[in-house]
Amino acid sequence: MTQDLVISLIFIAYAVGMLMGFGTILTWVERKQAAVMSDRIGANRAYVRIPFTQIKLVWLGLFHGIADGIKMLVKEDFHPRTHDWYAYAVAPWVVFTPVLLVFGVIPFGGLLDPGKLFPSLADWFGGRTYPMQIAQLDAGLLMVFAFSGMTIIGAMLAGWSSANKFSLLGGLRAGSQMISYELVMGLTVLGLILIYGTVNLDAMVRQQSGVVLGALPAWGIVYQPFAAVLFLTAAIAENKRTPFDLPEAESELIAGYFTEYSAMKMGLFMFAEFIEIAIIGALFTTLFLGGYNLPFMHDGGFTLPGGIEIAMSHGAVVVTQVLVFLLKVLAVCSFQILVRWSLPRFRYDQVLAFAWKFMLPLALINLSVTAVVVWSHQKGPF
Amino acid sequence: MTPYKRKSYWNEPTLGRWERAYLPEILRGLAITGGVFLRNMKRWVTGRKGALTTYYPEETRFDYAPLNRGKHVLTQRPDGKPQCIACNMCATVCPAKVIEIEAGFDPSDTAHPKYPVRFEIDYSRCIFCGLCVEACPEDAIRMAKEVPGLPSDQRHQMWLTLDEMLHWNPQRDVAKPYPAARATDGGGE
Repeated sequence: MTQDLVISLIFIAYAVGMLMGFGTILTWVERKQAAVMSDRIGANRAYVRIPFTQIKLVWLGLFHGIADGIKMLVKEDFHPRTHDWYAYAVAPWVVFTPVLLVFGVIPFGGLLDPGKLFPSLADWFGGRTYPMQIAQLDAGLLMVFAFSGMTIIGAMLAGWSSANKFSLLGGLRAGSQMISYELVMGLTVLGLILIYGTVNLDAMVRQQSGVVLGALPAWGIVYQPFAAVLFLTAAIAENKRTPFDLPEAESELIAGYFTEYSAMKMGLFMFAEFIEIAIIGALFTTLFLGGYNLPFMHDGGFTLPGGIEIAMSHGAVVVTQVLVFLLKVLAVCSFQILVRWSLPRFRYDQVLAFAWKFMLPLALINLSVTAVVVWSHQKGPF
Repeated sequence: MTPYKRKSYWNEPTLGRWERAYLPEILRGLAITGGVFLRNMKRWVTGRKGALTTYYPEETRFDYAPLNRGKHVLTQRPDGKPQCIACNMCATVCPAKVIEIEAGFDPSDTAHPKYPVRFEIDYSRCIFCGLCVEACPEDAIRMAKEVPGLPSDQRHQMWLTLDEMLHWNPQRDVAKPYPAARATDGGGE
């Protein structure tokens, strides 16, 4: 029992650390990638001076994130004269917390056998193994949608309680846009659920470990390419980033639903947005990019085509799986940033029309085709 | 006679079916920006500069116009003293009021007994309009094409003093051959 607790605490610490790390690193990645995409250099002036020396560490501008954090912490915390100060104070947390909770059901690595990893502790663990995931819930995907749906409440609360017309408009826009795109997101994922026959994310990832047609990895994106594109689009819209950043369109609404927020409360909204980029990356990796799987890799090492076996120790396998997951997440995050700095913003009616008249029918068609194919395979000899 | 047809000046919608399908054009745009990203990253990784930005103040741009109004220089007499006679006309005409001159009296130099003891320009407020150059009766102040390069987080460090502006080298001057041609000119001033 104590062993389970220790392992769970380690997982939780890893997950929180990873999300916070991603939130901080992504601000840097976003700045630098946007700069490189547009022939600029990007923020590179913040430095840390080693005490008692004149050595200034710049590290490609990595410290700008720290500078931002310090700035937000010491800034004046301005309050609007709102009647609903409680909702005003609670809204950033309602946005921030569910984003963190979503990661609880996402598997970030394969099966962990602590006894094999640390032979001196083998007796204590007694051969127990743990899938690298905080909560092994059968309803994993449903949890994801339940929690990510809660951020809508936070955005609308912030909009309503700010006593500001811009905030109110932003909150309304955020509400309708997020609800529309959540529907599309759910429908695109239904196709995957039909194929895998489960909503348990760990089971889904394990089903993606094989190889189809000789060389292609058996990832979700191979089975459901349309769903992958639709899911990523809907997820970016759900995260309210350009080209779907209508709720916070600067040219129209100042900052949308968090116009009246300052200092670290505003920082929480921003941080939640950046962590949600990482969460979307993790979800997309889990559902469509095979999670921690590499092609031809299994829990004992690699089995390359042609019968070449590369055996790996358990520790190496665990580290490889965790790193592969992180790299995939980073790649998807980077793609989201590429989208954000390439595309112009929609008009608001276009956003909703895009959701209801374009993506929803496509998602329904994708779902029905998937259903027919799965049904015919179940009837046949397959 | 045909009835007058008003010319239409607005653009007809020119989106074709391909553009209206949205996704292919989106992918094309992403390919362009991604391509630029990869090209610039390749430059950075191979040790070149993948950006058009000039690092200021570490780098100086090569393409300043010859007539660019950059930092001020004070011209000198052959003996190295400033040509300025501390008449305060530049300080008077300066719209930003950034020039401060303190005049001194030197009875040994009978031709130009009045000279600046202190000549300071506050570059934190200078607007680089060049009116001081135009106002000067002695051609004592000019503007070089280089920018002053005084970025600082403290205002008192953004002042240029007399010594820092007295670096003009008369030998290279073509606009006013000096001092060799002075005798033939007869002193145009």
